[in-house]
Amino acid sequence: MDYNSKKALTYNPSLTRNIGNKALTIISALFAIISVLPLILVISYVLIKGGSYINFETLILEPEPPGDDLLSAGGIGPAITGTFIMTFIASIISIPVGVGGGIYLAEYSKSGRFAKFVRFGSNVLAGVPSIIAGVFIYAIIVSTKILFGSMFSGIAGGISLSILMLPTIIKTTDEALKLVPDNLRKAALGIGASKFTMICNVTLPAAFSSISTGIILGLARAAGETAPLIFTALFSRYYITSFDDLFYEMGSLSVLIYNFALEPYESQNQLAWAASFILVVILLSLNILSRWINRLDAFSKNKV
Amino acid sequence: MINKISHNKKNFKNDSSISVSLDNVSIKYGNSVAVKNVFCDIKKNQVTSFIGPSGCGKSTVIRAINRMNDLIEGCELSGSVIFEGTDIYAKDIDPVEVRRRIGMVFQQPNPFPKSIYENIAFGARVNGFTGNMDQLVEESLIKAAVWDECKDKLNESGYSLSGGQQQRLCIARTIAIEPDVILMDEPCSALDPLSTLKVEETIHELKRNFTIIIVTHNMQQANRVSDYTAFFNTEKDGKDPGGKVGFLVEFSKTKNMFNSPKQKSTQDYISGKFG
Repeated sequence: MDYNSKKALTYNPSLTRNIGNKALTIISALFAIISVLPLILVISYVLIKGGSYINFETLILEPEPPGDDLLSAGGIGPAITGTFIMTFIASIISIPVGVGGGIYLAEYSKSGRFAKFVRFGSNVLAGVPSIIAGVFIYAIIVSTKILFGSMFSGIAGGISLSILMLPTIIKTTDEALKLVPDNLRKAALGIGASKFTMICNVTLPAAFSSISTGIILGLARAAGETAPLIFTALFSRYYITSFDDLFYEMGSLSVLIYNFALEPYESQNQLAWAASFILVVILLSLNILSRWINRLDAFSKNKV
Repeated sequence: MINKISHNKKNFKNDSSISVSLDNVSIKYGNSVAVKNVFCDIKKNQVTSFIGPSGCGKSTVIRAINRMNDLIEGCELSGSVIFEGTDIYAKDIDPVEVRRRIGMVFQQPNPFPKSIYENIAFGARVNGFTGNMDQLVEESLIKAAVWDECKDKLNESGYSLSGGQQQRLCIARTIAIEPDVILMDEPCSALDPLSTLKVEETIHELKRNFTIIIVTHNMQQANRVSDYTAFFNTEKDGKDPGGKVGFLVEFSKTKNMFNSPKQKSTQDYISGKFG
């Protein structure tokens, strides 16, 4: 019964527990700061260093071959369009397949053996190094010339990126649909909606913002990939001018950085910095867009 | 006792006043029997209430009537549920069509995340309604006694309504598809007394056009709203020592049930001795 106490209720900073408390708070705050430091440093370094090389000409000109002209390296225009085209091709493939697969997992085969296998498979696929996706597409599409005889091409690049996007999209669709309350499903079925109508009109709209967030994050990952593109799209210094050009080598920001950062010429290195700047801006805006969509949804739940 | 009920059933077997008839219905979840040997004839344009202690299978039985149990994995039904002469568990029956004729209102108000107007129009559209939608929305909301409260904000979200209003919106949504039977699974359990009263008034109004089956924990409510009452109870499962099986104890006119119950356990439950 003796707690040698009946002490005052005032806060005593010299107590061991209060000192320990404070020390641990400071240490964990310190680690938190250290953990975001790389992000801040990388982004600010790229933005400051790359930003100084950005001007209208860099954005639209085609890059010059290294060593041709020591003063100017041209621009990164084709690489920007190439990145957009290949991520677009990747989305055309992976969004329908991924969302469809996610719908199957969440709505049709909740815990069947096949669904478990698909879930496990997409988790594994999410962890596959991107270079493996590149080598795989190289083996089945590029080296076999299966696409109308073309070898390295923008389409092959897009396909290899879609492999990287797919697991993210399947997983977020699956999770987002599972979060839709079952009450809504019952409500829809209870008034005589078929399962298809229920999914299209009730559960998909309810999960829309989470699914689009997942798609955008998948896009952001694909847009920044280098390794698969080296094996599939290679690099090109020229703008695409027609549909046929999709079947030839295509430039992209990440491969341009990889190629030009290693060149001995200063002007090429500057171009690589400019490309890094644009790539970081694209990725940042995709991430901000995904957050904004989420916010939009939280707002709309209160309104309509 | 069970024989007695099945005997009653024979008396009005070809009676066109019967809407839904449960014929020796037993329902299993996986290996455990939830409710067994239910015989019950539900009259058209009357309110029938299911009462009984928790776990007696009344919600399971009501869900069986429009095949909502199909959504629960491992749920099996034996016996037959006859709706206007058709066994709704026959092989060639489309559960979607069954649910169009037998609508359901759930325990938790569950409006769609759409506008009030769309909440009602959606069901109608799904069912191929081609008439005047504005009129249908208005009529359904009036019938569900919620029109006055939401006529000025039809374009606002269904979630902007209070719980009681949401539940009446869900009733309106069900009425709009013009089913023959409306099932209500404890529609007032999440509502305050005033909203409950309004929903009950709504039920009285609806009786003219619909057959209503309502599950309730509240005996006074059963007494107030229903014409017929079915009392379910549980008994120990012979095979599984911890398990309980629900069964139908007594089914009769609400007046008779509450004034002179035939079974001792009904008497005890109604007078509040257990449950």
